[in-house]
Amino acid sequence: MTRKQRRLALIGTSLAVLAVAAALVLSALRESIVFFNSPTDVAEKLSAPGTRMRIGGLVKPGSLQRGDNLLVRFAVTDGKNDIAVLYQGIVPDLFREGQGVIAEGKLDAGGVFAADTVLAKHDERYMPREVVDALKKSGHWQEGEEKSTGSAAK
Amino acid sequence: MTPELGHFALVLALALGLIQSIVPVIGVRRRDDALMRLGDSTALAQFAFVAVSFSALTICYVTSDFSVATVYENSHSMMPLVYKFTSVWGNHEGSMLLWVLILALFGALVALFGNNLPATLKSHVLAVQSWIACAFYLFILLTSNPFARLAPAPFEGRDLNPILQDIGLAIHPPLLYLGYVGLSIAFSFAVAALLEGRIDAAWARWVRPWTLAAWMFLTVGIAMGSYWAYYELGWGGFWFWDPVENASLMPWLAGTALLHSAVVMEKRNALKIWTLLLAIVAFSLSLIGTFLVRSGVLTSVHTFASDPARGVFILAILVFFIGGALSLFAWRAPLLKQGGLFAPISREGALVFNNLFLTTACLTVFVGTLYPLALEAVTGTKISVGAPFFNLTFGPLFVPLLFAMPFGPLLAWKRGDILGVAQRLMAAFGAGLVMITIVAVAEGSVFTLAPFGIGLALFIMMGAMTDIAERIGLLRAPLSVVRQRAAGLPRSTWGTAFAHFGIAVTLLGIVSVSTWATERIVAVKVGQSISLSGFELTFDGLVQRSGANYRELGGKFTVRQGSVAVATMEPTKRSFASRETTTTEAALMTRGFSQLYLSLGDVNSDGSVAVRLYYKPMVLLIWIGSIVMMLGGALSLSDRRLRVGAPKPAAKPAVQPAE
Repeated sequence: MTRKQRRLALIGTSLAVLAVAAALVLSALRESIVFFNSPTDVAEKLSAPGTRMRIGGLVKPGSLQRGDNLLVRFAVTDGKNDIAVLYQGIVPDLFREGQGVIAEGKLDAGGVFAADTVLAKHDERYMPREVVDALKKSGHWQEGEEKSTGSAAK
Repeated sequence: MTPELGHFALVLALALGLIQSIVPVIGVRRRDDALMRLGDSTALAQFAFVAVSFSALTICYVTSDFSVATVYENSHSMMPLVYKFTSVWGNHEGSMLLWVLILALFGALVALFGNNLPATLKSHVLAVQSWIACAFYLFILLTSNPFARLAPAPFEGRDLNPILQDIGLAIHPPLLYLGYVGLSIAFSFAVAALLEGRIDAAWARWVRPWTLAAWMFLTVGIAMGSYWAYYELGWGGFWFWDPVENASLMPWLAGTALLHSAVVMEKRNALKIWTLLLAIVAFSLSLIGTFLVRSGVLTSVHTFASDPARGVFILAILVFFIGGALSLFAWRAPLLKQGGLFAPISREGALVFNNLFLTTACLTVFVGTLYPLALEAVTGTKISVGAPFFNLTFGPLFVPLLFAMPFGPLLAWKRGDILGVAQRLMAAFGAGLVMITIVAVAEGSVFTLAPFGIGLALFIMMGAMTDIAERIGLLRAPLSVVRQRAAGLPRSTWGTAFAHFGIAVTLLGIVSVSTWATERIVAVKVGQSISLSGFELTFDGLVQRSGANYRELGGKFTVRQGSVAVATMEPTKRSFASRETTTTEAALMTRGFSQLYLSLGDVNSDGSVAVRLYYKPMVLLIWIGSIVMMLGGALSLSDRRLRVGAPKPAAKPAVQPAE
């Protein structure tokens, strides 16, 4: 091979690999991203049942019910609207009424959110940022509520 | 008094840093040896002062001096002593102090062990290192002072976040930081080379040990974090593709690419500009990682703090160093002498292949991590990109890389013989195929992850061993000759084999757990049993205990195999009153490389307890593999070729045949 051909081969291979990567990224982005919605977003947008999404807000005080087989029912609220959530499994350590929560799953035809993942905060002072934004949007957030002093090594 | 001393020491370190940032550079311009050598002393002094500062903070923590704000926020007088030490860096301020301590340490090491470097290069490296250090000293002093006082001093601290009160997480950040910050040396070398407008094969030889050391720490640091998440978060996952994890994975990928391209540069004097760029990129990704974690722009499974002011400051550091270095690169790189091109089928060709796939894989992780942030900034839409995205992008790009791995070390430099290599890898390939068949039959399906993953892992392991076996003439030469050759083999060759073998071990663990892990999530009452994968666990009851700064609820379980009781397991939940927080302490039972994993959920009103029970076959291989990789790095580091300060042998190349 001449010098020129070698260079072309190198550049060609690099471009090919990059093209493959770009194609993979684009298709994966179309298939596997999950949108975040506040309960108000869900109520207003009337999201199609069956779409995978994340919802976030506070666990509505008084809404938590435990059933058989580790079934948990609760409502997620942003102060304006609520969504009923159904989850089977063990909720995180810091899952409590009145605290921030994020749930991932699908909305069923009856408007109940069937969650397969429930995330709570990791620290009594920390609130998921999405939840803060959702509460701010609905006007149920007092500035200074979150103390930003807590932190962790990771 | 102690906090003020620490604060003052840090200010002095900044002053020294400013001197070191400027004077050696002037020394180079004026060809003044005394000015250039000044960098050595200031680097050592800087380290001494940061060490004093760090010790002062440590003393505040150990003596529970709650008049210091960070101690009040993150410590408690009742906390076990070991966590009083580790909580020094278990918070934002302290961890940034640890960051500059390690940065100063590396600067001091260059000053101490860089005697074989050309004086001008050494001066430039120390100056650039000091620019970075100054930026971070300013960051700490202006936005995150760990020594800020509270008046009046509270009587009791607010305790360290309980989830961090764990020995695994205690040693994870220092290891990770040694890796992150270690890459700053490669960065400083790259910027110094650009400033000098000169780069040669020797440059690669000087940079490689530092990169290798950083890479080793990064490897173990990431593994340590993964193991911690596995047992502490209570749901048995070892990798979440969480942005914070990605932040450490990206420098690792770029650092791995850098290690390999530096070999090409050293041996063949090629890929020089690319190597330089990688050195810049690797540390830039460390900085981006720091920014992502420290600024609070992310929501992740384990980020805690958010403070916009700090974020903006780190962003400024980021833009200055990454933008500056890349501009310098764009300006000066064309002036550097290009290296030669080479045949695609050769050792250097294989290393280019490695670099191509590693950097592309790194790019996909980068996109997946930052795309949600960019999208939110532009459109306000919030999305999350999770494991499915990375499995679909990172996975396919890593497979060709893994498959090509055994070929690389067997190919000759300059012009390789791919057919010859394929022939020598026949045994490894055959073993891989047999393994695929066995697993496929056992699984009843070919087109799943397990057969290919395990076949591939075996192929890589055998390939790594083939390389060594070929070189020492195993099975061909008499045993005494073999032993002699094994001893004479360069350590870096052993290092390569170990590191590649380690990757395969990790792969084996990942594939095995992803495919065959089983789980039961149920509520049990006293006396009831759960069975999973041949184990039967009987719930014997709950126990209450109190620890140093927590109360603990434990569930007692007896594990039976067949009808024989083999062990007891006691997962617990700890409640920390000071923070109204609970943590889950999973119980682990190890059998070989596999683990039975039991964690406690809520206690229900009817007296039953929710539990998660997992069987994780071969799970320990994931982390053992990383230790094998690190050993490979250590072996390679001990190679006399790389030993810092080793005199260059005169006229040796004529005797040593090209590999």
